[in-house]
Amino acid sequence: MDIQIQQLTKSYGFQKAVDNISFSVKTGEVLGFLGPNGAGKTTTMKMITNYIDIEQGDILIGGQSIKSGEMNRHIGYLPEHNPLYLDMPVIDYLEYCAALQGVAKSKVPMRIREMVRLCGLDVEKHKKIGELSKGYRQRVGLAQAMIHDPAILILDEPTTGLDPNQIIEIRDLIRQLGKQKTVILSTHILPEVEATCDRILIINHGKIVADGTASTLRKQAQGQQVLKVKIEEGPTNEIYEKLQALEAVAMVDFIDQASNRFEIQSVAERQSNKAIFELCVKNNWVLSECIPFETKLEDIFRDLTLN
Amino acid sequence: MNPVWVIAKKELNGYFNSLIGYLILSIFLIFIGAFTWLIGNDVFIRQQATLDEFFGWAPMFLLFIVPALTMKQIAEEKRSGTIELLLTKNVSSRQLVLGKFLACFLMVCITIAFTIPYYFTIVQLGNADHGAIIGGYIGLLLLSAAFTAIGIYASSLKDNQIVAFLLALVINVIFLFILGFVGNYFSGWFGDILNTLSIPNHYTSISRGVLDTKDLVYFGSLIFLFLFLAELKISKKS
Repeated sequence: MDIQIQQLTKSYGFQKAVDNISFSVKTGEVLGFLGPNGAGKTTTMKMITNYIDIEQGDILIGGQSIKSGEMNRHIGYLPEHNPLYLDMPVIDYLEYCAALQGVAKSKVPMRIREMVRLCGLDVEKHKKIGELSKGYRQRVGLAQAMIHDPAILILDEPTTGLDPNQIIEIRDLIRQLGKQKTVILSTHILPEVEATCDRILIINHGKIVADGTASTLRKQAQGQQVLKVKIEEGPTNEIYEKLQALEAVAMVDFIDQASNRFEIQSVAERQSNKAIFELCVKNNWVLSECIPFETKLEDIFRDLTLN
Repeated sequence: MNPVWVIAKKELNGYFNSLIGYLILSIFLIFIGAFTWLIGNDVFIRQQATLDEFFGWAPMFLLFIVPALTMKQIAEEKRSGTIELLLTKNVSSRQLVLGKFLACFLMVCITIAFTIPYYFTIVQLGNADHGAIIGGYIGLLLLSAAFTAIGIYASSLKDNQIVAFLLALVINVIFLFILGFVGNYFSGWFGDILNTLSIPNHYTSISRGVLDTKDLVYFGSLIFLFLFLAELKISKKS
């Protein structure tokens, strides 16, 4: 099932939490929802799950509006702070959630077993939820979201509170699920988006400011190629001059004069690495470092959201 | 299974899995037992085989007991945020309110059911009026259902259990005492309206064994009104 969001708007008082945004997510796509605090991520997710009313616009799931409330059975939702009944044992809680989602009674034990295995809850399954550590509670939250095998998963910061190993496990799980399902996840952790999402959507002040894969966003932000180069066994000034004279090179800068390290910016739309290599071969210099400088996702994020 | 039943079952289990259910049950039985059989104008002093004393005192204790049962139902879901989980599942606000109401009402019914031995005792003691006793129990159940609906409504207003308890208590007191009390000071249509709205007016006539449609309609609308208000409160999401 795909999700289509059409001109969605929601305001609190004079402030527009979500301002006329439209996008769609296809089946088998994992969409990373990024943005600073208060950008409107959670509000959008709450509208998709029909928890808060839509003010303007519409959300279609598989072509049907969610306003009827009928579509909730196709959605699995992990809310932001992962609320749970702390005095309930894990198994009872999953049973309760399965019953509320209308899972057939004969299928419930199988679904619970599947969730316990998938989320690694086997050791803790008979404990009360209140006795579990934060990481395990997060797994219970994920398990309840997926118990009815929904076509759509909405995960609001799914990896908060997990240790690095658990984060990797959960990311793998989301990747795996994302092959058949439609997943929207929000996060503050930028490497996480790269590791799990097919597509990134950055919103700021309720508006979409970027939409695309990690690499297209990079290309947009970067423009020119930047290389960090170290050249040995040659006179510093001569190297500098000859580099500057290359056709594809726009600008050369010293990083460290003593060890002959330079930062080289290429002319727009051109690559200079080949020319640099050939220059070194011709002069018998040793090219011992040549590192392409990648614009980090953090920088893109800062660029887009800090104005 | 219908979500109403799923929720009702879970909440009812919750009462018996914790101390609250047993505590409330024992408190009610201790007090009502004492006032029916031991203290004040009890059965032995009256020398009559009636449960009038029981049906007179029961509302006074239900006044406190029912809000104590209902106070956590929705307020606690709001405080912990689990209401978001429920309402984003395949559950409507109406089903949630009905499920919570049903759980509390069944808990009150179980509590009241423990007084059925009183009936058998009275029958042994003399010539009891069976109609009045059955009417009394029906009245008590209707009154409990009304208190439960009021409690659920109070619990849906804020995310604080104490507020929910006190508010339910106040509304109960208004319906049980104040409306009738003020109504007696006014003659004419205004006094009539207040008297018609007060619970004892309807409860006592049912307790006498007179089952009138107008009393059933009164309790029915009271229950409907407060459950409807609770549903409205929950479904208003911004």
